Amino acid sequence: MNIIVCIKQVPDTTDVKINPETNTLIRDGVKSIVNPFDANALEAALQLKEAAGAKVTAVTMGPPQAMDILREAVAMGADDAVLVSDRAFAGADTLATAYTLAMAIRKIGDYDLIIGGKQAIDGDTAQVGPGIAEQLGIPQITYARRMEMDDDMLLVERMLEDGYEVMKTALPALVTVVKQINEPRYPSLRGLLAAKKKEIPVWNAMDIGADEKRIGLTGSPTKVVRIFTPQRNTRAVMLEGEPEKTVETLAEVITKLSV
Amino acid sequence: MNALIGGVVRVNFNLSEEQQMIMEMVREYADGVLKPKAREVDERGEMPWDNIRQMAEMDLMGIPIPESYGGAGLDFTTWAMVGEEVSRACTTTGAVFGADMLCLYPIYFFGTEEQKKKYLVPLAKGEVVGAFGLTEPNAGSDAGNVKTKAEDAGDHYILNGSKVFITNAGDAQVYVVIANMDVNKGARGLTAFIVEKGMPGFEIGKNEKKMAYNSLPNRELIFTDCKVPKENLLGKEKRGFRVAMETLGVGRIGMGIGAVGLAQAAFDEALAYSKVRVQFGKPISTFELVQAMLADMATEIEAARLLVLRAAFMKDQGVPYEKEAAMAKLFASEVAMRTTTKAVQIHGGYGYTKEYTVERLMREAKLFEIVEGTSEIQRLVIANHLLR
Repeated sequence: MNIIVCIKQVPDTTDVKINPETNTLIRDGVKSIVNPFDANALEAALQLKEAAGAKVTAVTMGPPQAMDILREAVAMGADDAVLVSDRAFAGADTLATAYTLAMAIRKIGDYDLIIGGKQAIDGDTAQVGPGIAEQLGIPQITYARRMEMDDDMLLVERMLEDGYEVMKTALPALVTVVKQINEPRYPSLRGLLAAKKKEIPVWNAMDIGADEKRIGLTGSPTKVVRIFTPQRNTRAVMLEGEPEKTVETLAEVITKLSV
Repeated sequence: MNALIGGVVRVNFNLSEEQQMIMEMVREYADGVLKPKAREVDERGEMPWDNIRQMAEMDLMGIPIPESYGGAGLDFTTWAMVGEEVSRACTTTGAVFGADMLCLYPIYFFGTEEQKKKYLVPLAKGEVVGAFGLTEPNAGSDAGNVKTKAEDAGDHYILNGSKVFITNAGDAQVYVVIANMDVNKGARGLTAFIVEKGMPGFEIGKNEKKMAYNSLPNRELIFTDCKVPKENLLGKEKRGFRVAMETLGVGRIGMGIGAVGLAQAAFDEALAYSKVRVQFGKPISTFELVQAMLADMATEIEAARLLVLRAAFMKDQGVPYEKEAAMAKLFASEVAMRTTTKAVQIHGGYGYTKEYTVERLMREAKLFEIVEGTSEIQRLVIANHLLR
């Protein structure tokens, strides 16, 4: 079985701040990490590999420094990795990104399963995974919290707000996973050393045969106009005194606000 | 002679690219996994197998052992650097990690090909843990006074006697045991054996209740007509003293770096606390007497770390390092004791309570001045070298 895992390099949002004047992310000095949900996707692929044998290929679209997360993926146990990188990809929205990754995946070819995180923690759109499935014309199951092979079908538990659905799909298919699916492993020393030596190819727009009108800014029908931190208008009122009295006042306040 | 003069050892303070990658990963693991549960590990009262299994999966249990024997094929310097991080984050796990090498190393260094295949491979892969049994009720600093008897009984050896305070004992599967084949000859009768848990006549005694390290197994080994196969002789008959000394050399590096990690943990706590604890309207870190303590602690830890890493580096270069390892172990242990004492002092009354980590670290630090050669023995070793 061939599994392709789509991963993205994102700023560690635990220390990201927004410059209030320019409304852009302050990226200076912020560590880049593998998008946490994508780490779950990779772990899911590695567990399938351990259970049934598979070749796992990690792929990412990004600037040259995104090579770091591919090496990390190899250190964790991915067999291969591909960096899809070209200045022409810059400014891609989710549609152009999904198209680009789908083209790269076509070039890798011969895949049975594509796994990604449910969304990236920087953009939070959750659109690229499903977009890739649409571009490739294969079934997709999002928000997987469990998956296993059932003969030649894939059995997936799909997380819902108030429960879960059990779905079964033929392969090839695309699955996006939630963090509940597993606990990503740490790389091993041997994996780290192997990753350092690993030759990881870089594919540009021409390599993947991309239509230049469908990539980067040109291929993106949506544009980010502004990013900002919403103003918070919190009006806190402290009720003090005897419990009986404060409960009465609280009830009045709630009634008045017609919550 | 100073080992740094005359081109005997050229010290390079830069980490290799590999070491940088490894340390980044280990630091992340130590802070992300080991540190948050260190208190719980200490309270659970049993070996932290969860941590050891995870470290085995990360190939951390056989760092200086060649890949052909299941290790990572790196060096003792890298092993020591990893040991510091583990000890800093979880002292108990650090101690298991250090004690384990006291079993791996002698099998690697003195073992036959068959012994390495049978015992070293699973140890280096971290599938099982090992222990080293030298200390006896009446043979501590006086290691030559080992009374556990080994007799040649034709196709096997018979062991009788007991060991005390053996780290990892009970949880360990493989034991390197030092016994005596000629009690009258003292150290010259010592012989090393590989003993497996479950061999007839080999029992594990009680777990010691200690001042600290509540979850670190330290148990007795009891041998009653224990039959050890001939092929489990480690090295040569009556050459066990050398096995013990070689092993203790690595042990000094391990204990030294464990002490450095522990001291660093105490310093980190004290530094953070000094910035948030307000007295007289200011954080206590603004007071010069506190600053002086912090400066001394940081300086001593740095010096201890360099001494230990130099000893490890010398071992990797294959040059004699006994004196340097003794200096490193001695200094690092005493630095750990001083640092933790100051860390408690900086925490004031709160530092004396169980709410804060520093009181535990202070109790734990005392161990380092005693085990694997007391501070007094280390001074004697150093003096012997100076007066040669």
